Order: sequence, then structure tokens, then C-alpha cells
Amino acid sequence: MVASSPVSTQTVDLAARFPGIATPDTRPGYSGWIIPKEHLLEVARTLRDELGYDYLSHVTGVDYLPEGKMEVVYQVYKTTGGPGINFKVQVERRDPIEVPSIVSIYPGAEFQEREAWDLLGIRFTGHPDLRRILMWEGFEGHPLRKDWKEAYYEEEIKPYKSRWPEGRHVYAESKSPFADNVAYPAGFDPEKWVPTDPEQALYGALARYQVRDETGLETDHVIVNIGPQHPSTHGVFRAAVMLDGETIVSLKPVMGYLHRNHEKIGERNTYLMNMPYTDRLDYLSSMSNNFAYALTVEKLMNIKPPERAEYLRVMMAEFTRIANHLMAIGALTNDLGAYFTPMLYALEERELILDVFEAVSGSRMMCNYFRFGGVVRDLPEGTLEKIKDLAFERLPRKIDELDRFLSENEIVRSRGIGQGVLTAEDAIRYSATGPLLRASGVPYDIRRAEPYSIYDQFEFDVCVRQNGDIYDRLMIRFDEIRQSIRIIQQAVRRLPEGPIMAVKPAYTVRVPPGEAYARVEGPKGELGFYIISNGKPAPWRYHVRAPSFINLTAFGPMCTGQKVADMVAILGSIDIVLGEVDR
Amino acid sequence: MTQEMYGKGILKGLSVSLKRFVETYLDDLKWLGKRYGTPEGIAHRASKEARGIFTVQYPEEKIPVPEEFRFIPFLVYDEGPDGEKIMRCTSCGICSRVCPPQCIWIVRTTDPATGRPIPDPAEFYIDADICMNCGLCAEYCPFDAIKMDHDYELASFGRNLFNKERLAKPASYYEQIRPRNAARENAARAAKQASRAAARANAG
Repeated sequence: MVASSPVSTQTVDLAARFPGIATPDTRPGYSGWIIPKEHLLEVARTLRDELGYDYLSHVTGVDYLPEGKMEVVYQVYKTTGGPGINFKVQVERRDPIEVPSIVSIYPGAEFQEREAWDLLGIRFTGHPDLRRILMWEGFEGHPLRKDWKEAYYEEEIKPYKSRWPEGRHVYAESKSPFADNVAYPAGFDPEKWVPTDPEQALYGALARYQVRDETGLETDHVIVNIGPQHPSTHGVFRAAVMLDGETIVSLKPVMGYLHRNHEKIGERNTYLMNMPYTDRLDYLSSMSNNFAYALTVEKLMNIKPPERAEYLRVMMAEFTRIANHLMAIGALTNDLGAYFTPMLYALEERELILDVFEAVSGSRMMCNYFRFGGVVRDLPEGTLEKIKDLAFERLPRKIDELDRFLSENEIVRSRGIGQGVLTAEDAIRYSATGPLLRASGVPYDIRRAEPYSIYDQFEFDVCVRQNGDIYDRLMIRFDEIRQSIRIIQQAVRRLPEGPIMAVKPAYTVRVPPGEAYARVEGPKGELGFYIISNGKPAPWRYHVRAPSFINLTAFGPMCTGQKVADMVAILGSIDIVLGEVDR
Repeated sequence: MTQEMYGKGILKGLSVSLKRFVETYLDDLKWLGKRYGTPEGIAHRASKEARGIFTVQYPEEKIPVPEEFRFIPFLVYDEGPDGEKIMRCTSCGICSRVCPPQCIWIVRTTDPATGRPIPDPAEFYIDADICMNCGLCAEYCPFDAIKMDHDYELASFGRNLFNKERLAKPASYYEQIRPRNAARENAARAAKQASRAAARANAG
């Protein structure tokens, strides 16, 4: 089993560095280290300060119900590149489950620890603001726990037995939504229950200080809610803002309005069924989501797609990046007040890219194009010509035109330059990835830092800009589009003939037990999937490292001290998609 | 910050808009009335040469969908010599097992005398409100019996629970919307039948 499992990527021997503390994870198919929770902070600090693992990729929990354990998994990387290292903390699965918070060492863990608390009920002691993040305050239970059942629960794993061979259709709402899985809080007495104001905890979390001007007049701060229904939050997203006049004192994002517990659905689904669900995470770049998920499962299965499939994958992933960045540029300029003209200019080119996706995969946005070991189908007749037209002629010309249209515009410049600055150090601290990180002067691109697929065979530059302001984050998207076009041009020239699937297409895949984390440089940042297989048809744990969710950790600090009108532009420059933030 | 460009950047941007505006009319003149409402005109607007206005006036104009386009599945039936419908579906249940949102409901027919299953669905439902158009059912059907449709105009005021009658469409329709796929599958099926017949001939 160990021999067939993915190759271990250990680079640092933690057991030698921390004798008696760190022990290697010896479960078959697993890698990494197990750290006792008393030593977690010490190990994390050493990893960051001495060993150079300055970037925390993700934190998540795993519920090992049969073993009676709860595990917290950390994955760290060096921003200078190279493979990462994961370490875990295991605790008894008995409430209260407590693990020390590492926010003081890696502030990028803030939202992720809140998420693990919300969905798995792991209390992170020392966390500055441990509230629920995706579910609402007052929600009973922690949905990702294995013994928690959702409304209209049918069975642990699909396919449901009621569909065949006696599949007499019933509407879900004709059944009792909670049937026999209604849970009340311990000691709940409806007579004595007093509803608490869920907003109080949120407003209490906003920073506040005494304001007194030079004449001795005392004034107070104002709390303003921007969203959830606001045109420039790009969906249903809300920011609770504490204002001093027009200046933002403190800001807390509120999310989860589009939450459907993607990860729980993913643990009910078989491996293949998850593929179309990943399309719906960041619905503007579904090819990239497919890519990361396929890579993770392939890592577990230890298979590699044939060369032609790799080329097709790279082409589609880069087209997705272009389409996504066009959307980001359009939406950001919309937020800056350029009402819809640049947006429509950008969308025209995006339409043509979606035409390619539609011809290849059958759908413009929900592509569902990747399979474990390859892709669904080869390029249909005439599609390669269309790709060539786009990559060699139309896109370069049109990107230049859009660049000419926007980048020297005085309004874009004065609203962008020097606004919403995120320094390189802060960007790394807050686990920012993608264009957000690179616009702050950190040349970290997973396609180069830890090449996956065939990216090591392409010539392209890692885009980087130095100021970390809104304008740089706008311009770096132009840079990245140009690099993506370069990659597509090389891929088209070298596209080999051959099969597109490494294995026989099958709707049931056998995934050996073990864990895997694979990541891609998605258009919005590091998109990764952390999957634990126990050999069953469905994953035991299916975690999405969602870039737009984690990039939002830096949103509050970036807005502090800015005018409230700039908040909208800063949010636009992060480029979030709520399907991925809320999952 | 200091603005040293005095609006030059804005003017540069506006010139791009002006160019597009003028190009719309130049393109109209070039096509002389054929740019709108004709298949060539629509194809032109989705090509690399397209300049000026880009919009397609739906529903008066419709962009033709590519062959692989997928929307709500349908069931393929072959027409017998007397025009009877021979469903290709054998109610094996693979589609309902592979369906991610579990929106396919099948009742298998059983022989009342022997109690053994008959390869023909007694009932076949697709809850089109739940279907996510992923196409996995069509991809893994071993009998080419369930295929993805091209008809995307399904907006309605009620629920869309499609039964067997609503889902059944003739093989000729399938060949019309997906000619290349249908030709490939028909050839593969014919080859399989031929090899089976040859095997039988050898055995006999």
C-alpha cells in the first residue's frame, strides 16, 4: 500500500528537529507529521522563522468518527518555491475539542480556523474572533461532522437506493425535512429560551476607540452595513464597517449567504460525481476547478493523463484564466464608476473563449471537462482553428486595445494608485495568493514554484508588480493574460496527437486509501483540494482550499484607514466569486 | 497624486470607444443589410474579424449551438418498421447511479409470470428542475439510449418533472442534432453486431 501511494514530499525532518515531539504520520497513504497540541505553536514558529515555511496554505479539520479522533491539518510552503510540508494535531473527539490557534503566527489562518470551528466544532483557543463564519450564529451543530445529518437526508453515500430499480418519483418537500435527525441543543427548554441578537457578536468584533477632536468634542463611530444586497459586492456579500466620518476604522466581512456545504455534498458524492460540482465553486473558471480536483484524485490513484490530454488541460486552464481576468478587469472598472463600457468590451472576448469551451465541453460555464486520467473528449472539428484565431490574432489585439482604453485613464489611475495597499509581508502573512500576492511584489506562482501537469515545459514569465495597490492589481491581470496567451500559443504549436485518456473511462473509480493535497495556480490564487480516501466510493474528507475565501482575510486590514468609497474598489481588486467564498 | 496628463488618458480611451462606434456602421455598410438576422451575419459576429457591435438580438436571432452542447437529457427510441417506438433504454440503471444530483428515477419492468426483469423501463422520470446538465448519464450509457438535448428554451411557470413520454425522442432527431456523434456510435454498434454475428456463424 505504501509503495503504491503518492511519493512523499518530505523535505524537512521534523522528527530530528523536534525529537520526541514530532512523529511521522505512518498511516498508509499519509505523509507529514503529527504534533502534540501543546507543542503546536512552538513547531509552527520554528517552521516559519527558522525553516522558511512562511506561507500557510490551508488549515482544516478532519472528523475521524470511527477512531474517535478529531484532527487538524496544516499545510505550509515556502514563498521561495518548492514542495510544502503538512503537520497535524490530533485530539480526542469529545466536546469541547480544543486546539491552540495559530493566528498569532500565521494570521492567514483566521478565517480558516473560524470555518473549522463553524463546520467541525473545533475550538481554537487564543483565536481573536472565533465566531461562526458560513453558518449563522445560533445554528445548532457542526455540519461537517460525520454524525450530523442534513435536511432531507437520505443515505450516507450516493447513489440512493430509492432511484432504481423501484424509482417512483417523490418530491423532496413532500417528505419531512428532518425526519429523524432533529437535534436540539443540550438542555434546551423552549419556555426559557431567549433569542440572542446574532449581530451583537459581529458588531462587538469591530474595533472601536474614543474619538475626541481638538476642541474636546466627543464623537462616536458609525456602523454601516454594506451589502448583502449591494451592486458592487459581486454577489451576496456583506461587509460590516465601523466608520469614523468617511474613514474605515475596522471592517469585518460577513459571508455564507450562498453556503450550501459543498464539502458535505462532496462527501456524499462518489469521486466522479464531484467533478460537475466543482464547476460551481468558482463558476467563472470551472476548467481550473476541474483541473485541481482531477489532479488531487489522480495523485491518490497514482495515474497520469496522456500527453495530449495534458496539453488540452493546459490550454483550457489558461483560457479560463484569460476569461476570468477579463471579467475581473471589467468588474473592477465597473466598481470604479466606468459604467459597463469596459465591462462589455472585456465580455466580448470572454464570449469567444466561452464559445471554445462550449464546443469542447458542451457548456459555456459549467464545463465538467476533466476526468481522472484525461479529459472527456478531444477537440471537435474546427475548434483548433478557432483556438488559433483567438490565441494568435484576436486576443493579443483586443487585450492591447483594452489596455489602451483603461490603463492611462486618469480616473482609474487616481482611484487606483496608492489605494488599498497590501505590502509584501502582509500579503504573505495573510496567506494571500494569486494576482493579489504577485501585485504586492512576491513572485510566487505555483506553475513555477511547484510545477504541476506540464507547466515546466512552457516558457512564460511570472508576473509581478511592486506597489500592491489597486492599480497594480488591475494591471497585473493584463500581464497575466498576455502570459497565458503565450502559453496557449506554445501549446497549440506543440499539441501532440494521441489518446486523451490514460485509463478506460469508468463511472466508478477505485481510489486507494490515503490523503492527497494537490493545488493549481487558479485565476484567483492557489486552488487546492485536500482529499482523504478510505477506499470507499466516496471521499471521507473533501476539503476545498478556496482562494477567494482566503484572500478575503486580507480585506479588512487593507481597508482600514481607507475611505468607505474605496472599499468597493478594494473588494473588486481582490476579485472574489461568492460561489467559492461561501461554498 | 499629481495628474500630469491633463485628461490625455481619458481622451485616448474615448478614441477607442469612438473607433468601435464608427466600425459598427462601417461593418453595417459592408454587409448591407445582411449583418442581422442571417446565419452568415451571426457567424460573422462570433468570428475573429468581428468589429463594432457584437450583440445578437435574441430571440429574433439565435446563435447556433455546437454539436457537443448539452442540456436536459432525452431518451432515444428507434422506429420500427410499423412506426412503433423501440426504446433503446434497458433500464439497467447506470444513468441513475451516476447522476450527481440523483434526479433520474427509473422503475424496472418485471415479467409478471417469472418475476425476472425485462429490459424496458416501466417508468422513467427526470426531475429537470434538479438536473445540473452535467451529461454524465449520456457519457456512461452503454446503449446510447440517453443523450443530451439541444433544446434550451424550457422556461416554464410550473415544475418540470419529465416522464417517459416527454423524454422520448426518435433516433432521427438525435442524428440531426449530433450528426458526428451519431455516425460514430452507429458505426460502432454495427461493427459490434457484425462481429457478434460472425462469432455466432463460427460457433454454428
